[in-house]
Amino acid sequence: MSKVLVVVETDGNAIKSASLPGITAGAQLAQQGGGELHLLVVGAGVGDAANAIGQAGYGAAGVHVADHADLAPFTTEAWTDVVVGAAKALGATALGGTATSTLRDVIPRAAALLDAPLASEVTAVTGSNAFRREMSAGRAVADFTASGSVVCFTARASDFEPATPADAAPVAAVDAGTPNKRGAEVVSIEKTQSARPALTEANVVVAGGRGMGSGENFKPLEELTDLLGGALGASRAATDAGMVPADLQVGQTGKVVAPNLYFAVAISGAIQHLAGMKGSKTIVAINKDPEAPIFQVADYGLVAKWEDTLPQLIEAVKAKKG
Amino acid sequence: MKILVTVKRIPDPDASVKFANGAVDTSSAKWVPNEFDQYAVETALRLAEDAKSKKRHAEIVVCSVCPAAQRQHITTFLAMGADRGVVVDADDTALDSQAVAKLIAGVFKKEGADLLVCGKLSQDTEGNEVGQRVAGLLDLPIASFAGGVTWDQDGKAMVVSREVDDGVETKKVPLPSVITCDLRVVLPQSVKNGVTPDDYTYNEGPRLASLRGITMAKRKKVEQLKPADLDVEAGSAISNTGVNPPPARAAGQIVESVEQLVEKLATEAKVL
Repeated sequence: MSKVLVVVETDGNAIKSASLPGITAGAQLAQQGGGELHLLVVGAGVGDAANAIGQAGYGAAGVHVADHADLAPFTTEAWTDVVVGAAKALGATALGGTATSTLRDVIPRAAALLDAPLASEVTAVTGSNAFRREMSAGRAVADFTASGSVVCFTARASDFEPATPADAAPVAAVDAGTPNKRGAEVVSIEKTQSARPALTEANVVVAGGRGMGSGENFKPLEELTDLLGGALGASRAATDAGMVPADLQVGQTGKVVAPNLYFAVAISGAIQHLAGMKGSKTIVAINKDPEAPIFQVADYGLVAKWEDTLPQLIEAVKAKKG
Repeated sequence: MKILVTVKRIPDPDASVKFANGAVDTSSAKWVPNEFDQYAVETALRLAEDAKSKKRHAEIVVCSVCPAAQRQHITTFLAMGADRGVVVDADDTALDSQAVAKLIAGVFKKEGADLLVCGKLSQDTEGNEVGQRVAGLLDLPIASFAGGVTWDQDGKAMVVSREVDDGVETKKVPLPSVITCDLRVVLPQSVKNGVTPDDYTYNEGPRLASLRGITMAKRKKVEQLKPADLDVEAGSAISNTGVNPPPARAAGQIVESVEQLVEKLATEAKVL
Protein backbone atom coordinates (compact mmCIF):
# COMPACT_ATOMS: atom_id res chain seq x y z
CA MET A 1 0.00 0.00 0.00
CA SER A 2 1.22 3.45 -0.76
CA LYS A 3 2.09 5.85 2.03
CA VAL A 4 2.45 9.49 1.07
CA LEU A 5 4.45 11.67 3.46
CA VAL A 6 3.98 15.43 3.09
CA VAL A 7 6.40 17.78 4.86
CA VAL A 8 4.65 20.83 6.31
CA GLU A 9 6.15 24.08 7.59
CA THR A 10 4.99 26.00 10.64
CA ASP A 11 4.83 29.62 11.64
CA GLY A 12 4.53 30.07 15.39
CA ASN A 13 1.87 27.65 16.57
CA ALA A 14 0.19 27.12 13.22
CA ILE A 15 0.78 25.51 9.86
CA LYS A 16 2.11 27.87 7.18
CA SER A 17 -0.66 28.47 4.67
CA ALA A 18 1.93 27.91 1.92
CA SER A 19 2.04 24.23 2.99
CA LEU A 20 -1.67 23.60 2.35
CA PRO A 21 -1.55 23.11 -1.47
CA GLY A 22 1.19 20.49 -1.01
CA ILE A 23 -1.09 18.53 1.32
CA THR A 24 -3.76 18.53 -1.40
CA ALA A 25 -1.25 17.19 -3.92
CA GLY A 26 -0.19 14.51 -1.44
CA ALA A 27 -3.82 13.58 -0.76
CA GLN A 28 -4.45 13.19 -4.50
CA LEU A 29 -1.36 11.00 -4.80
CA ALA A 30 -2.49 8.86 -1.87
CA GLN A 31 -5.95 8.51 -3.37
CA GLN A 32 -4.56 7.55 -6.79
CA GLY A 33 -2.37 4.88 -5.15
CA GLY A 34 -5.11 3.65 -2.79
CA GLY A 35 -2.93 4.61 0.16
CA GLU A 36 -2.65 6.86 3.16
CA LEU A 37 -1.66 10.48 3.60
CA HIS A 38 0.71 11.31 6.44
CA LEU A 39 2.06 14.69 7.51
CA LEU A 40 5.51 15.46 8.89
CA VAL A 41 6.03 18.53 11.07
CA VAL A 42 9.69 19.60 11.30
CA GLY A 43 11.22 22.24 13.55
CA ALA A 44 12.25 23.22 17.08
CA GLY A 45 9.49 23.54 19.68
CA VAL A 46 6.78 22.70 17.17
CA GLY A 47 4.67 20.59 19.59
CA ASP A 48 1.81 23.08 19.77
CA ALA A 49 1.79 23.60 16.01
CA ALA A 50 1.77 19.82 15.49
CA ASN A 51 -1.20 19.45 17.85
CA ALA A 52 -3.08 22.15 15.94
CA ILE A 53 -2.26 20.38 12.67
CA GLY A 54 -3.45 17.09 14.20
CA GLN A 55 -6.72 18.77 15.22
CA ALA A 56 -7.26 20.00 11.65
CA GLY A 57 -6.25 16.60 10.26
CA TYR A 58 -6.48 17.63 6.60
CA GLY A 59 -7.44 14.08 5.68
CA ALA A 60 -4.20 12.61 7.02
CA ALA A 61 -3.98 9.22 8.76
CA GLY A 62 -1.25 10.53 11.05
CA VAL A 63 0.79 13.58 11.97
CA HIS A 64 4.44 12.88 12.75
CA VAL A 65 6.72 15.26 14.57
CA ALA A 66 10.49 15.69 14.26
CA ASP A 67 11.35 18.22 16.96
CA HIS A 68 14.98 19.12 17.66
CA ALA A 69 16.80 22.31 18.68
CA ASP A 70 19.04 22.09 15.60
CA LEU A 71 16.04 22.25 13.25
CA ALA A 72 15.56 26.00 13.76
CA PRO A 73 16.42 28.24 12.09
CA PHE A 74 15.89 26.20 8.94
CA THR A 75 18.91 24.61 7.31
CA THR A 76 18.44 22.12 4.50
CA GLU A 77 21.26 19.98 5.90
CA ALA A 78 19.54 19.38 9.26
CA TRP A 79 16.01 19.22 7.85
CA THR A 80 16.91 16.72 5.15
CA ASP A 81 18.44 14.41 7.76
CA VAL A 82 15.15 14.10 9.66
CA VAL A 83 12.97 14.15 6.55
CA VAL A 84 14.91 11.18 5.16
CA GLY A 85 14.97 9.55 8.61
CA ALA A 86 11.21 9.90 8.96
CA ALA A 87 10.53 8.69 5.41
CA LYS A 88 12.54 5.54 6.15
CA ALA A 89 11.09 5.01 9.63
CA LEU A 90 7.54 5.34 8.34
CA GLY A 91 8.10 3.37 5.14
CA ALA A 92 6.95 6.21 2.90
CA THR A 93 6.44 5.41 -0.78
CA ALA A 94 6.11 9.09 -1.72
CA LEU A 95 7.64 12.18 -0.13
CA GLY A 96 7.04 15.82 -0.91
CA GLY A 97 5.11 19.02 -0.27
CA THR A 98 4.54 22.50 -1.62
CA ALA A 99 7.37 23.87 -3.78
CA THR A 100 8.37 26.61 -1.32
CA SER A 101 11.96 27.85 -1.19
CA THR A 102 12.35 25.57 1.85
CA LEU A 103 11.19 22.36 0.20
CA ARG A 104 12.84 23.17 -3.14
CA ASP A 105 16.01 23.00 -1.05
CA VAL A 106 15.12 19.93 1.05
CA ILE A 107 13.24 17.56 -1.25
CA PRO A 108 15.91 17.28 -4.01
CA ARG A 109 18.56 16.61 -1.36
CA ALA A 110 16.29 14.02 0.26
CA ALA A 111 15.62 12.46 -3.15
CA ALA A 112 19.37 12.11 -3.69
CA LEU A 113 19.81 10.35 -0.34
CA LEU A 114 16.85 8.05 -1.05
CA ASP A 115 18.13 7.43 -4.61
CA ALA A 116 14.67 8.52 -5.73
CA PRO A 117 13.28 10.40 -8.72
CA LEU A 118 11.77 13.84 -8.10
CA ALA A 119 8.66 15.14 -9.81
CA SER A 120 9.60 18.78 -9.49
CA GLU A 121 7.04 21.60 -9.24
CA VAL A 122 4.17 19.53 -10.57
CA THR A 123 0.95 21.21 -11.67
CA ALA A 124 -1.22 18.07 -11.51
CA VAL A 125 -1.26 14.53 -10.15
CA THR A 126 -2.54 12.27 -12.92
CA GLY A 127 -1.96 8.77 -11.50
CA SER A 128 -0.42 6.81 -8.64
CA ASN A 129 3.05 7.68 -9.95
CA ALA A 130 2.10 10.02 -12.79
CA PHE A 131 2.34 13.79 -12.85
CA ARG A 132 2.17 16.87 -15.05
CA ARG A 133 4.60 19.79 -15.05
CA GLU A 134 5.56 22.76 -17.17
CA MET A 135 8.90 23.30 -18.88
CA SER A 136 10.59 25.98 -21.00
CA ALA A 137 8.87 28.90 -19.28
CA GLY A 138 5.43 27.35 -19.52
CA ARG A 139 5.63 26.71 -23.26
CA ALA A 140 5.68 22.93 -22.93
CA VAL A 141 3.59 20.70 -20.66
CA ALA A 142 5.03 17.28 -19.82
CA ASP A 143 3.05 14.26 -18.65
CA PHE A 144 5.39 11.75 -17.05
CA THR A 145 5.74 8.84 -14.69
CA ALA A 146 8.30 8.42 -11.93
CA SER A 147 9.31 4.95 -10.79
CA GLY A 148 11.05 3.75 -7.67
CA SER A 149 10.42 2.40 -4.19
CA VAL A 150 10.11 6.04 -3.11
CA VAL A 151 9.02 8.87 -5.41
CA CYS A 152 9.57 12.49 -4.38
CA PHE A 153 7.49 15.47 -5.50
CA THR A 154 7.07 19.18 -5.03
CA ALA A 155 3.74 20.79 -5.95
CA ARG A 156 3.31 24.23 -7.44
CA ALA A 157 1.16 26.19 -4.98
CA SER A 158 -0.85 27.98 -7.65
CA ASP A 159 -2.13 24.71 -9.14
CA PHE A 160 -3.54 22.96 -6.07
CA GLU A 161 -6.31 24.18 -3.79
CA PRO A 162 -5.27 24.70 -0.16
CA ALA A 163 -6.16 21.65 1.97
CA THR A 164 -9.06 22.20 4.36
CA PRO A 165 -9.55 20.88 7.91
CA ALA A 166 -11.19 17.46 8.27
CA ASP A 167 -11.30 14.82 11.02
CA ALA A 168 -8.56 15.07 13.63
CA ALA A 169 -5.49 12.87 13.08
CA PRO A 170 -3.29 11.27 15.74
CA VAL A 171 -0.06 13.14 16.52
CA ALA A 172 3.14 11.29 17.48
CA ALA A 173 6.87 11.87 17.60
CA VAL A 174 8.82 10.01 14.91
CA ASP A 175 12.28 8.59 15.47
CA ALA A 176 13.93 10.44 12.59
CA GLY A 177 17.51 10.41 13.87
CA THR A 178 19.74 13.31 14.89
CA PRO A 179 20.03 16.27 12.53
CA ASN A 180 23.48 17.55 11.53
CA LYS A 181 23.97 21.04 10.10
CA ARG A 182 27.36 20.07 8.63
CA GLY A 183 28.90 23.34 9.73
CA ALA A 184 26.28 25.48 8.02
CA GLU A 185 25.07 28.46 10.01
CA VAL A 186 22.26 30.92 9.40
CA VAL A 187 23.76 34.36 10.02
CA SER A 188 20.64 36.46 9.57
CA ILE A 189 17.15 36.45 8.07
CA GLU A 190 15.72 39.65 6.63
CA LYS A 191 12.02 39.16 6.14
CA THR A 192 10.28 41.48 3.76
CA GLN A 193 7.92 43.45 5.99
CA SER A 194 4.51 43.75 4.45
CA ALA A 195 0.98 44.02 5.73
CA ARG A 196 -0.21 42.67 2.37
CA PRO A 197 -1.09 39.05 1.65
CA ALA A 198 1.68 36.78 0.32
CA LEU A 199 2.19 37.12 -3.42
CA THR A 200 1.49 33.44 -4.06
CA GLU A 201 -1.69 33.46 -1.96
CA ALA A 202 -3.30 36.80 -2.88
CA ASN A 203 -6.60 37.01 -4.76
CA VAL A 204 -5.42 40.11 -6.56
CA VAL A 205 -1.89 40.88 -7.78
CA VAL A 206 -0.88 44.29 -9.08
CA ALA A 207 2.47 44.15 -10.86
CA GLY A 208 4.66 46.84 -12.38
CA GLY A 209 7.44 46.59 -14.94
CA ARG A 210 10.40 48.42 -16.38
CA GLY A 211 8.09 51.12 -17.74
CA MET A 212 7.35 52.32 -14.21
CA GLY A 213 10.78 53.94 -14.30
CA SER A 214 11.52 54.10 -10.57
CA GLY A 215 10.60 52.71 -7.16
CA GLU A 216 8.96 56.05 -6.33
CA ASN A 217 6.60 55.54 -9.25
CA PHE A 218 5.36 52.29 -7.68
CA LYS A 219 3.41 54.42 -5.12
CA PRO A 220 0.19 54.61 -7.17
CA LEU A 221 0.50 50.86 -7.89
CA GLU A 222 0.75 50.25 -4.15
CA GLU A 223 -2.31 52.40 -3.59
CA LEU A 224 -4.26 50.34 -6.13
CA THR A 225 -2.90 47.14 -4.55
CA ASP A 226 -4.12 48.12 -1.09
CA LEU A 227 -7.45 49.32 -2.40
CA LEU A 228 -8.00 45.83 -3.85
CA GLY A 229 -6.56 44.03 -0.80
CA GLY A 230 -3.97 42.45 -3.07
CA ALA A 231 -0.23 41.81 -3.25
CA LEU A 232 2.34 43.85 -5.13
CA GLY A 233 4.40 42.12 -7.83
CA ALA A 234 6.97 43.14 -10.41
CA SER A 235 8.68 41.96 -13.54
CA ARG A 236 12.31 40.92 -13.51
CA ALA A 237 13.24 44.17 -15.26
CA ALA A 238 11.79 46.16 -12.36
CA THR A 239 13.41 44.07 -9.62
CA ASP A 240 16.77 43.96 -11.43
CA ALA A 241 16.67 47.75 -11.69
CA GLY A 242 16.21 47.85 -7.91
CA MET A 243 12.80 49.56 -8.07
CA VAL A 244 11.31 47.00 -5.67
CA PRO A 245 12.72 44.04 -3.65
CA ALA A 246 13.71 40.86 -5.50
CA ASP A 247 11.13 38.71 -3.72
CA LEU A 248 8.34 40.56 -5.54
CA GLN A 249 9.46 39.14 -8.87
CA VAL A 250 6.82 37.20 -10.79
CA GLY A 251 8.06 34.88 -13.52
CA GLN A 252 9.89 31.70 -14.49
CA THR A 253 12.70 32.56 -12.11
CA GLY A 254 10.59 34.33 -9.51
CA LYS A 255 7.21 33.43 -8.08
CA VAL A 256 4.42 31.71 -9.96
CA VAL A 257 1.05 33.26 -9.17
CA ALA A 258 -2.51 32.51 -10.25
CA PRO A 259 -4.79 35.09 -8.62
CA ASN A 260 -8.36 35.85 -9.64
CA LEU A 261 -7.22 39.20 -10.96
CA TYR A 262 -3.77 40.19 -12.24
CA PHE A 263 -2.86 43.72 -13.27
CA ALA A 264 0.25 43.99 -15.47
CA VAL A 265 1.18 47.66 -15.60
CA ALA A 266 4.00 48.85 -17.87
CA ILE A 267 5.13 45.23 -18.27
CA SER A 268 6.02 44.24 -21.83
CA GLY A 269 5.36 40.54 -21.24
CA ALA A 270 8.59 38.62 -21.81
CA ILE A 271 8.13 34.83 -22.01
CA GLN A 272 9.79 34.50 -18.61
CA HIS A 273 7.25 36.85 -17.02
CA LEU A 274 4.27 35.21 -18.70
CA ALA A 275 5.41 31.86 -17.25
CA GLY A 276 4.77 33.25 -13.79
CA MET A 277 1.28 34.69 -14.25
CA LYS A 278 -0.55 33.24 -17.22
CA GLY A 279 -2.51 30.92 -14.94
CA SER A 280 -4.29 33.99 -13.48
CA LYS A 281 -8.06 33.89 -14.00
CA THR A 282 -8.45 37.45 -15.28
CA ILE A 283 -5.49 39.39 -16.66
CA VAL A 284 -5.52 43.13 -17.21
CA ALA A 285 -2.67 44.72 -19.17
CA ILE A 286 -1.96 48.44 -19.23
CA ASN A 287 0.85 49.40 -21.57
CA LYS A 288 1.51 52.31 -23.88
CA ASP A 289 2.96 49.99 -26.56
CA PRO A 290 0.11 48.33 -28.52
CA GLU A 291 2.58 45.69 -29.79
CA ALA A 292 3.61 44.57 -26.27
CA PRO A 293 3.36 40.74 -25.99
CA ILE A 294 1.49 41.08 -22.69
CA PHE A 295 -1.65 41.92 -24.70
CA GLN A 296 -1.60 38.40 -26.17
CA VAL A 297 -2.41 36.86 -22.79
CA ALA A 298 -4.53 39.72 -21.40
CA ASP A 299 -8.29 39.36 -21.07
CA TYR A 300 -8.57 43.12 -21.01
CA GLY A 301 -5.97 45.39 -22.56
CA LEU A 302 -5.73 49.15 -22.28
CA VAL A 303 -3.23 50.89 -24.52
CA ALA A 304 -2.30 53.87 -22.40
CA LYS A 305 0.42 55.43 -20.27
CA TRP A 306 0.32 54.37 -16.64
CA GLU A 307 0.84 58.01 -15.62
CA ASP A 308 -2.57 58.87 -17.10
CA THR A 309 -4.34 55.62 -16.29
CA LEU A 310 -3.49 54.80 -12.68
CA PRO A 311 -4.99 57.92 -11.02
CA GLN A 312 -8.22 57.39 -12.98
CA LEU A 313 -8.24 53.69 -12.18
CA ILE A 314 -7.74 54.34 -8.46
CA GLU A 315 -10.63 56.81 -8.42
CA ALA A 316 -12.87 54.46 -10.42
CA VAL A 317 -12.14 51.51 -8.12
CA LYS A 318 -12.78 53.72 -5.07
CA ALA A 319 -16.11 54.76 -6.56
CA LYS A 320 -17.02 51.15 -7.35
CA LYS A 321 -16.16 50.02 -3.85
CA GLY A 322 -18.21 52.88 -2.45
CA MET B 1 41.26 26.45 -4.18
CA LYS B 2 39.52 24.67 -7.00
CA ILE B 3 36.03 25.64 -8.15
CA LEU B 4 33.96 23.22 -10.24
CA VAL B 5 31.11 24.79 -12.23
CA THR B 6 28.37 22.80 -13.94
CA VAL B 7 27.30 23.96 -17.40
CA LYS B 8 24.59 22.82 -19.75
CA ARG B 9 23.47 23.56 -23.29
CA ILE B 10 19.80 24.23 -23.91
CA PRO B 11 17.65 24.99 -26.96
CA ASP B 12 17.54 28.78 -27.52
CA PRO B 13 14.95 29.91 -24.92
CA ASP B 14 13.91 32.86 -27.10
CA ALA B 15 13.01 30.62 -30.05
CA SER B 16 9.58 29.00 -30.28
CA VAL B 17 9.21 25.48 -28.91
CA LYS B 18 8.52 22.82 -31.55
CA PHE B 19 6.76 19.54 -30.91
CA ALA B 20 6.83 16.18 -32.68
CA ASN B 21 5.53 12.75 -31.66
CA GLY B 22 4.58 13.78 -28.13
CA ALA B 23 7.95 15.32 -27.34
CA VAL B 24 9.83 18.58 -27.74
CA ASP B 25 11.44 18.54 -31.19
CA THR B 26 15.01 19.79 -30.85
CA SER B 27 16.18 18.50 -34.25
CA SER B 28 16.47 22.01 -35.64
CA ALA B 29 17.18 23.78 -32.35
CA LYS B 30 19.91 26.33 -31.95
CA TRP B 31 21.79 25.32 -28.81
CA VAL B 32 22.96 27.98 -26.41
CA PRO B 33 24.54 27.97 -22.93
CA ASN B 34 22.00 27.95 -20.09
CA GLU B 35 21.72 31.49 -18.69
CA PHE B 36 22.02 30.42 -15.04
CA ASP B 37 25.23 28.57 -15.87
CA GLN B 38 26.63 31.81 -17.28
CA TYR B 39 25.82 33.35 -13.90
CA ALA B 40 27.54 30.43 -12.18
CA VAL B 41 30.72 30.84 -14.24
CA GLU B 42 30.65 34.62 -13.71
CA THR B 43 30.31 34.00 -9.95
CA ALA B 44 33.26 31.60 -10.02
CA LEU B 45 35.37 34.10 -11.99
CA ARG B 46 34.59 36.92 -9.56
CA LEU B 47 35.49 34.63 -6.64
CA ALA B 48 38.71 33.51 -8.31
CA GLU B 49 40.16 36.76 -9.63
CA ASP B 50 41.59 39.99 -8.35
CA ALA B 51 39.56 42.29 -10.59
CA LYS B 52 42.33 44.92 -10.50
CA SER B 53 45.45 42.84 -11.19
CA LYS B 54 43.62 39.97 -12.97
CA LYS B 55 45.66 37.57 -10.84
CA ARG B 56 43.75 34.33 -10.11
CA HIS B 57 43.38 32.84 -6.64
CA ALA B 58 41.48 29.75 -7.67
CA GLU B 59 41.28 27.35 -10.58
CA ILE B 60 37.96 27.11 -12.39
CA VAL B 61 36.94 23.83 -14.01
CA VAL B 62 33.71 23.70 -16.02
CA CYS B 63 31.93 20.37 -16.26
CA SER B 64 29.15 19.27 -18.58
CA VAL B 65 27.26 16.03 -19.06
CA CYS B 66 26.49 15.85 -22.78
CA PRO B 67 27.46 14.00 -25.97
CA ALA B 68 31.20 14.69 -26.39
CA ALA B 69 30.70 15.84 -29.96
CA GLN B 70 28.33 18.56 -28.76
CA ARG B 71 30.47 20.35 -26.25
CA GLN B 72 30.69 23.77 -27.96
CA HIS B 73 29.18 25.41 -24.89
CA ILE B 74 32.20 24.30 -22.86
CA THR B 75 34.41 26.25 -25.27
CA THR B 76 32.16 29.29 -24.73
CA PHE B 77 32.74 29.10 -20.98
CA LEU B 78 36.48 28.56 -21.44
CA ALA B 79 36.47 31.71 -23.59
CA MET B 80 34.75 33.56 -20.73
CA GLY B 81 37.73 32.66 -18.57
CA ALA B 82 37.36 29.18 -17.05
CA ASP B 83 40.70 27.33 -16.92
CA ARG B 84 39.76 23.93 -18.25
CA GLY B 85 36.85 21.63 -18.96
CA VAL B 86 35.55 18.16 -18.22
CA VAL B 87 32.93 16.57 -20.43
CA VAL B 88 31.12 13.44 -19.32
CA ASP B 89 30.17 11.82 -22.59
CA ALA B 90 26.52 10.74 -22.30
CA ASP B 91 23.16 11.47 -23.89
CA ASP B 92 21.91 13.83 -21.20
CA THR B 93 18.33 13.66 -22.48
CA ALA B 94 18.24 9.99 -21.44
CA LEU B 95 19.39 10.74 -17.88
CA ASP B 96 17.37 11.86 -14.88
CA SER B 97 18.65 14.39 -12.37
CA GLN B 98 19.90 11.69 -10.00
CA ALA B 99 22.13 10.22 -12.72
CA VAL B 100 23.46 13.65 -13.66
CA ALA B 101 24.05 14.46 -9.98
CA LYS B 102 25.98 11.21 -9.48
CA LEU B 103 28.18 12.01 -12.47
CA ILE B 104 28.89 15.52 -11.22
CA ALA B 105 29.55 14.25 -7.70
CA GLY B 106 32.02 11.80 -9.27
CA VAL B 107 33.84 14.59 -11.09
CA PHE B 108 33.89 16.71 -7.91
CA LYS B 109 35.56 13.88 -5.99
CA LYS B 110 37.96 13.03 -8.81
CA GLU B 111 39.03 16.67 -9.05
CA GLY B 112 39.23 17.12 -5.28
CA ALA B 113 37.35 20.41 -5.74
CA ASP B 114 36.61 22.78 -2.86
CA LEU B 115 33.48 24.44 -4.19
CA LEU B 116 30.75 23.47 -6.65
CA VAL B 117 28.90 26.36 -8.27
CA CYS B 118 25.72 25.53 -10.23
CA GLY B 119 23.00 27.57 -11.87
CA LYS B 120 19.81 27.17 -9.84
CA LEU B 121 18.00 25.62 -12.80
CA SER B 122 18.23 25.05 -16.52
CA GLN B 123 15.77 27.09 -18.52
CA ASP B 124 14.54 24.14 -20.56
CA THR B 125 13.64 21.41 -18.06
CA GLU B 126 13.49 23.67 -14.97
CA GLY B 127 14.16 20.83 -12.53
CA ASN B 128 15.96 22.94 -9.94
CA GLU B 129 17.46 19.89 -8.26
CA VAL B 130 20.95 18.94 -9.45
CA GLY B 131 22.95 21.21 -7.09
CA GLN B 132 20.93 20.10 -4.08
CA ARG B 133 21.29 16.45 -5.09
CA VAL B 134 25.07 16.68 -5.52
CA ALA B 135 25.38 18.27 -2.07
CA GLY B 136 23.33 15.42 -0.64
CA LEU B 137 25.33 12.71 -2.42
CA LEU B 138 28.63 14.25 -1.25
CA ASP B 139 27.26 14.97 2.26
CA LEU B 140 28.23 18.64 1.87
CA PRO B 141 26.56 21.83 3.08
CA ILE B 142 24.85 23.92 0.42
CA ALA B 143 23.71 27.51 -0.05
CA SER B 144 21.07 27.41 -2.75
CA PHE B 145 19.46 30.34 -4.62
CA ALA B 146 22.44 32.65 -4.04
CA GLY B 147 21.88 36.33 -4.78
CA GLY B 148 25.23 37.33 -3.28
CA VAL B 149 28.42 35.49 -2.27
CA THR B 150 31.27 36.62 -0.02
CA TRP B 151 34.34 34.41 0.29
CA ASP B 152 35.58 34.44 3.89
CA GLN B 153 39.16 33.40 3.09
CA ASP B 154 40.25 33.32 6.76
CA GLY B 155 37.28 31.26 7.83
CA LYS B 156 37.49 28.99 4.75
CA ALA B 157 33.80 29.54 4.19
CA MET B 158 31.30 31.17 1.85
CA VAL B 159 28.79 33.66 3.22
CA VAL B 160 25.81 33.60 0.91
CA SER B 161 22.69 35.75 0.78
CA ARG B 162 19.91 33.44 -0.34
CA GLU B 163 16.73 34.51 -2.06
CA VAL B 164 13.96 32.79 -0.13
CA ASP B 165 10.18 33.15 -0.43
CA ASP B 166 9.71 35.90 2.11
CA GLY B 167 13.01 37.78 2.01
CA VAL B 168 16.74 37.19 2.15
CA GLU B 169 18.55 34.69 4.35
CA THR B 170 22.29 34.91 4.96
CA LYS B 171 23.91 31.52 5.38
CA LYS B 172 27.54 30.65 6.06
CA VAL B 173 28.78 27.34 4.68
CA PRO B 174 32.28 25.96 5.34
CA LEU B 175 34.28 24.64 2.37
CA PRO B 176 33.98 22.22 0.70
CA SER B 177 30.40 23.13 -0.20
CA VAL B 178 27.90 23.78 -2.97
CA ILE B 179 26.33 27.05 -4.15
CA THR B 180 23.46 27.40 -6.64
CA CYS B 181 23.10 30.78 -8.34
CA ASP B 182 19.98 32.91 -8.61
CA LEU B 183 19.55 35.94 -10.87
CA ARG B 184 20.95 38.69 -8.73
CA VAL B 185 24.33 37.08 -8.13
CA VAL B 186 25.54 38.95 -11.25
CA LEU B 187 24.65 42.46 -10.07
CA PRO B 188 27.71 44.76 -9.97
CA GLN B 189 28.61 44.16 -6.31
CA SER B 190 27.06 40.78 -5.52
CA VAL B 191 30.28 38.76 -5.24
CA LYS B 192 33.18 39.62 -2.91
CA ASN B 193 36.34 37.56 -2.54
CA GLY B 194 38.44 39.49 -0.04
CA VAL B 195 41.00 40.28 -2.74
CA THR B 196 39.17 42.53 -5.17
CA PRO B 197 38.39 45.79 -3.31
CA ASP B 198 34.90 45.62 -1.76
CA ASP B 199 33.83 48.81 -3.54
CA TYR B 200 34.81 47.46 -6.97
CA THR B 201 31.91 47.64 -9.41
CA TYR B 202 31.53 44.95 -12.06
CA ASN B 203 29.43 45.38 -15.17
CA GLU B 204 26.02 43.85 -14.59
CA GLY B 205 25.51 40.35 -15.95
CA PRO B 206 27.90 37.65 -17.09
CA ARG B 207 30.98 38.92 -18.96
CA LEU B 208 31.37 38.47 -22.69
CA ALA B 209 34.30 36.48 -24.00
CA SER B 210 37.14 38.67 -25.24
CA LEU B 211 38.86 37.97 -28.57
CA ARG B 212 41.91 36.87 -26.59
CA GLY B 213 39.67 34.63 -24.49
CA ILE B 214 38.25 33.01 -27.60
CA THR B 215 41.74 32.34 -28.98
CA MET B 216 42.95 30.99 -25.64
CA ALA B 217 39.90 28.73 -25.24
CA LYS B 218 40.99 26.61 -28.19
CA ARG B 219 44.20 25.76 -26.36
CA LYS B 220 42.62 24.95 -23.01
CA LYS B 221 42.36 21.31 -21.98
CA VAL B 222 39.01 19.49 -22.02
CA GLU B 223 39.11 16.07 -20.41
CA GLN B 224 36.65 13.49 -21.67
CA LEU B 225 35.16 10.90 -19.33
CA LYS B 226 32.59 8.15 -19.65
CA PRO B 227 29.98 7.44 -16.94
CA ALA B 228 31.75 4.13 -16.33
CA ASP B 229 34.98 6.03 -15.49
CA LEU B 230 33.05 7.50 -12.56
CA ASP B 231 31.42 4.17 -11.62
CA VAL B 232 28.00 5.53 -12.42
CA GLU B 233 25.30 3.53 -14.11
CA ALA B 234 23.42 6.22 -16.00
CA GLY B 235 19.70 5.93 -16.58
CA SER B 236 16.38 7.53 -15.75
CA ALA B 237 13.51 6.77 -13.40
CA ILE B 238 11.44 9.47 -15.08
CA SER B 239 9.70 8.73 -18.38
CA ASN B 240 7.72 11.26 -20.34
CA THR B 241 4.44 9.94 -21.64
CA GLY B 242 3.72 13.07 -23.67
CA VAL B 243 5.01 16.62 -24.00
CA ASN B 244 2.60 19.09 -25.56
CA PRO B 245 2.00 22.81 -25.93
CA PRO B 246 -0.15 24.33 -23.17
CA PRO B 247 -3.78 25.08 -23.96
CA ALA B 248 -4.09 28.53 -25.52
CA ARG B 249 -5.74 31.32 -23.57
CA ALA B 250 -8.96 32.61 -25.06
CA ALA B 251 -8.46 35.81 -27.01
CA GLY B 252 -8.87 38.96 -24.96
CA GLN B 253 -10.23 42.38 -25.84
CA ILE B 254 -8.82 45.88 -26.01
CA VAL B 255 -10.82 48.41 -24.02
CA GLU B 256 -10.88 52.11 -24.84
CA SER B 257 -10.97 53.73 -21.43
CA VAL B 258 -10.54 53.23 -17.70
CA GLU B 259 -14.32 53.54 -17.26
CA GLN B 260 -14.91 50.73 -19.74
CA LEU B 261 -12.22 48.60 -18.08
CA VAL B 262 -13.69 48.97 -14.60
CA GLU B 263 -17.20 48.33 -15.91
CA LYS B 264 -16.12 45.11 -17.64
CA LEU B 265 -14.13 43.92 -14.61
CA ALA B 266 -17.22 44.45 -12.47
CA THR B 267 -19.97 43.09 -14.71
CA GLU B 268 -18.28 40.74 -17.20
CA ALA B 269 -15.34 39.21 -15.30
CA LYS B 270 -17.01 39.84 -11.93
CA VAL B 271 -13.70 40.40 -10.18
CA LEU B 272 -14.31 43.85 -8.72
